[in-house]
Amino acid sequence: MASLILQVDGLTVSFDGFKAVDNLNFYVEQDELRCVIGPNGAGKTTLLDMICGKTKPTSGSIKFKNHQLTDMIEYQITRAGVGRKFQNPSVYEDLTVYENLDISWPKQRNVLGSLFFRRDRKMAEKVESVATQIFLQDQLRTKAGLLSHGQKQWLEIGMLLMQDPDLLLLDEPVAGMSAREREQTAELLNSISKGRSTVVIEHDMAFVKMIAHKVTVLHQGKLLAEGSMDQVQSDPRVVETYLGH
Amino acid sequence: MTTPATSTPATNIRSNLWGVGSYLLLALLLLVVFPLAMDVFRLGLAAKYMSLAFCAVGIVLVWGYGGILSLGQGVFFGLGSYFMAMFLKLEAAANADSSSGTALSAFFGTAGLPDFMAWNSVEVLPWWWEPFHHVSFTILAILIGPPLVAFILGYVNFRKRVGGVYFSIVTLALSAIMAIVIIGQQGYTGGVNGITDFKTFLGMDLDNERAKFVMYFITAGLLLLCVAAGAFILRSRLGRVLVAIRDREDRVRFSGYDPAMFKAFIFAVAAMFSAIGGAMFTIQVGLASPSLVGIVPSVEMVIYAAVGGRLSLIGAVYGALLVGWAKTFFSENFVEYWFYFIGVLFVVVVMFLPTGLAGLLDKVRTRMRRAEG
Repeated sequence: MASLILQVDGLTVSFDGFKAVDNLNFYVEQDELRCVIGPNGAGKTTLLDMICGKTKPTSGSIKFKNHQLTDMIEYQITRAGVGRKFQNPSVYEDLTVYENLDISWPKQRNVLGSLFFRRDRKMAEKVESVATQIFLQDQLRTKAGLLSHGQKQWLEIGMLLMQDPDLLLLDEPVAGMSAREREQTAELLNSISKGRSTVVIEHDMAFVKMIAHKVTVLHQGKLLAEGSMDQVQSDPRVVETYLGH
Repeated sequence: MTTPATSTPATNIRSNLWGVGSYLLLALLLLVVFPLAMDVFRLGLAAKYMSLAFCAVGIVLVWGYGGILSLGQGVFFGLGSYFMAMFLKLEAAANADSSSGTALSAFFGTAGLPDFMAWNSVEVLPWWWEPFHHVSFTILAILIGPPLVAFILGYVNFRKRVGGVYFSIVTLALSAIMAIVIIGQQGYTGGVNGITDFKTFLGMDLDNERAKFVMYFITAGLLLLCVAAGAFILRSRLGRVLVAIRDREDRVRFSGYDPAMFKAFIFAVAAMFSAIGGAMFTIQVGLASPSLVGIVPSVEMVIYAAVGGRLSLIGAVYGALLVGWAKTFFSENFVEYWFYFIGVLFVVVVMFLPTGLAGLLDKVRTRMRRAEG
């Protein structure tokens, strides 16, 4: 058995009595690319929110490497090596593409350190290479607010690449993208998920097929099925609740 | 090699030149033009507005870049002002013993006590006044006390994610409390009259013209230093993190930063600037008064920054000078309309000139450059 990077056990969160995630177990292996699918309200985004610290679980445990993430707050979880991309592209619109990537560089993230931080060659090279990877090498001086929707999605992925996390959490990375952009993004994900573990939430089945190693299906906050794309697609329960219509 | 590869060399150099140029122009104005062109009385007014400009510069950092609208800068201005006043008053009281005040204080047995304490039947100097006999303690208190208060207050609130308009209300309440406490504790603070009637600063007669010049230049120098320090902060990575926090605080946490720490830090820096301004105000105007710490002066300080341009440190200085002169002009001519005027000014600036005069200038500059081709 390959070693697990993420172990979620008995995870539950309830909002005013409604259980968005209900006693869920979820395991991700080292270097795995996992897709999570499920109908609206299945608890996919809530699951990622709890892993990255945005939402506090009601009960259960989330172990990432040696850390118990339920005891940590957002920036500590980020520093431990978890990177999160949100459903709506969240970039810093008043900063340039370069500056967005710059402040994602995981050095000197305290007050005094950042006051005296100087950009060095190593960072400049990393910014260049990431910008090339996310197809924005010619837009480094553009304000992020002026980018197209798809480019913002890429920039946010780029910001995560600067952070170089061990676990990458991506929430609908191709939402709002054209067919061409989707293909480019699939390639991008395949290349960046090498050497790290990735969890992707996606609705687009064609896209999931392009990238997933293994698929987890959630339904009403619970695990419905898990396995390869083919296994999952032929599972009658999955067909009934989700893929059927 | 620290040159950022962010912008084309040409625009980068041009905007650097512009920044340095406008800084030098401000220095020229404050250090050469004003002292040559003004008589002692007008120069005193300029010194007064410059003292308030410290607050406006801090507000640019906190509000313009940090996104925190503080309506409590008067509190920190007031702390600096009162700390300085306590020192000056003790010096005046100590010297009074050897001159005309002797008879009275000897009669009441209150030698060495500030006069207003004697009037309020406070017979022993309160313990927390004692250390203000020393100039070094006073200066440290001005530089460390207000930022410390601001940092703790800010961090406690920001950590609990109290922000936006709610934090503005907290600072507003703080201004009100500060004024009320000062007025209520007349025996220890001079009450509504404030603390006044100073004679000397370290033996230098404050009424003498030379002393006024010296203090003017010290104030101008400190103000230029604060603007430079602010520019250094904004040009560092910390400055970019602040802008990121202003625009998308939630996301910044997931870039691995603790926004509460950054916001508390910049709030503390602004508090320190305000306190320096308060101290210089008191030395030059000869007064520490609750009318300078309450809600109204705190809001006025925000207006200085808004008029000058809330994204421009240098603009804030011009804002403070311009609004200050407008205020003097109004109060010399039609006092009762001042509040209406400043209210209208604020609304007009916020609605039509959200980046103030500096923003207007930037627009003109961009348009001219475009016209050049």
